[in-house]
Amino acid sequence: MTMIDDKVPDALPKKSFDWRFFAEMPLASRIGLGIILINAFAVIFAPWIAPYSETQMFRDLGNWAPPSAEHWLGSDQIGRDMLTRIIYGARTTILIALCATLLSFSMGILLGFTAAVLGGIVDNVLSRIVDALMAIPTLILALVVISVLGTQIYILVLVIAVLDSTRVFRLSRAIAMDVAVMEFVEAARLRGEGLVWIMRREILPNTIMPLIAEFGLRFSFAFLFIAALSFLGLGVQPPYADWGGMVRENAQVISYGIPAPLYPAGAIALLTIGVNLVVDYILARQNRSAAAAFEEQEL
Amino acid sequence: MLNLLLRRLALGVMTLWVVSVIIFADTEILPGDVATAILGQTATPENTEAIRNQLGLNRPPYERYVDWLGDFLQGDLGMSLTSRRPISDQIGFRLENTLLLAGVAAAIAVPLAIVLGLIAAIKQGTLFDRGISITTLLSISVPEFFIGYVLIFVVAVQLRWLPSMSSVNVRMDLWDKLPLLILPALTLTLVTVAHMMRMTRAAVLSVMNSPYIEMAELKGIRNWRIVVQHALPNVLSPIINVVILNLAYLVVGVVVVEVVFTYDGLGKYMVDAVSKRDVPVVQACGLIFAMVYVGLNMTADILSILANPRLRHPK
Repeated sequence: MTMIDDKVPDALPKKSFDWRFFAEMPLASRIGLGIILINAFAVIFAPWIAPYSETQMFRDLGNWAPPSAEHWLGSDQIGRDMLTRIIYGARTTILIALCATLLSFSMGILLGFTAAVLGGIVDNVLSRIVDALMAIPTLILALVVISVLGTQIYILVLVIAVLDSTRVFRLSRAIAMDVAVMEFVEAARLRGEGLVWIMRREILPNTIMPLIAEFGLRFSFAFLFIAALSFLGLGVQPPYADWGGMVRENAQVISYGIPAPLYPAGAIALLTIGVNLVVDYILARQNRSAAAAFEEQEL
Repeated sequence: MLNLLLRRLALGVMTLWVVSVIIFADTEILPGDVATAILGQTATPENTEAIRNQLGLNRPPYERYVDWLGDFLQGDLGMSLTSRRPISDQIGFRLENTLLLAGVAAAIAVPLAIVLGLIAAIKQGTLFDRGISITTLLSISVPEFFIGYVLIFVVAVQLRWLPSMSSVNVRMDLWDKLPLLILPALTLTLVTVAHMMRMTRAAVLSVMNSPYIEMAELKGIRNWRIVVQHALPNVLSPIINVVILNLAYLVVGVVVVEVVFTYDGLGKYMVDAVSKRDVPVVQACGLIFAMVYVGLNMTADILSILANPRLRHPK
């Protein structure tokens, strides 16, 4: 038995991280990475880098004060420092989006891999459910669910995660299908490995790069989604600072020529652009290495 | 081919039915309760029960589903919980507004995207072409409300060319509404145009290496004529597809844009109903949005079957 085991090919040899990933990065993607790092920094160190406290009101400053040396982005609708609110808002918005994405990924990958490995009726049932959910526009379905369940943060996270996991399911099922028919997976099956082992040790290592790129895309989707919901007044509720909600609260004064809602909206746009710049690079790298592998085979 | 079309049509009807079940079931199986939602703080077991009876919530769900769908198909959308008036009366004007907005946006975006996509394909590799991939990235990254408020800030407030809010009412005719529609329609255009443009370009370029294009080049035909006369007819089906998918996106995109411009359409109506937890209104709007969306997706498939002779004879 051990003899056979030795000959059975295990998962493809695990590569250590290729540092050329950063060295070969074009300028645009470096800027993108920079944007992501700045945001991550703001999320982690908000209380230390924010110039004032989250709830401090500056009565002498008034509402919607113009930018000044002490208050770089002016003040908001009740005289709080706009920059401080944006730095704290990063926490709420990004963390919620991150939780939703992590959850949707766990669900999507688990079910997608299960469908790919088991096939047959399990695959059929799961795929039809996903098809049905994807037939309705995400925002509309989310609105229907929120009208029943309300806007608690954990509900928002769950709703976004479930709706978004349909996309992850599709992708992870498709790429796992390609891997599941490989000899080493067949070998693992013959060896009597269980479903979980096959998914974790054989399929996951061989699908990790496309999934990372997808993670970026799904994160920016979840992020824009929670921002849009908060903007509509159906997402994060006050008193928490969050970017979509800040756009909403400051929106009225744009007609008087005060650009207050543009700051949080710009912060949202900037982070999504950053994530997309990096994702573009990962996808391009993948296509290149796939093309290279194809050429090697041809030779 | 008729067979293929009928099958697609049947699938579309099936999808619509499943969609209606999902929208109805969401409000059933989820742990929230409409009666407690209406009463809020004042809910006691007795008056909750009274409301449940009044709304007919104590009847079995499938019975209520059949009634709901039957009424819906006959144009009766039920009663709004907050205004206590029939939803059908309130929805007509708003649905009209939403379709008008989406229509104006599509009328600007679709020709613009196709022309720009063709130019990009002809001038492949030039600065113009590279500009397109950057705009595509921007338009998928930037939220609708950011574009909307930037337009308001620049066009309405700084330049004073157009009003910043687009409040419409029943007494306005089409000509009164049009100037109010420009900024929201432009926002929707900016959101969708880049994707359509890029797909048009990609579709045209995908056939540019074919022998018949080479033949046309060797005959000395001008570049733009090759693209328009020889390449375009062959890539019509993917272009139609992406155009209609973007129209479907437009219909959903209006929700946020209507709120930005306080434009009284179906999207704003639905959002207001969600915050008041007026479930029947949300269900009705949701089903209408989903119907348009599913319908457009089905149209995309049917048109590409019609536009592509190879799809007419499935193997």
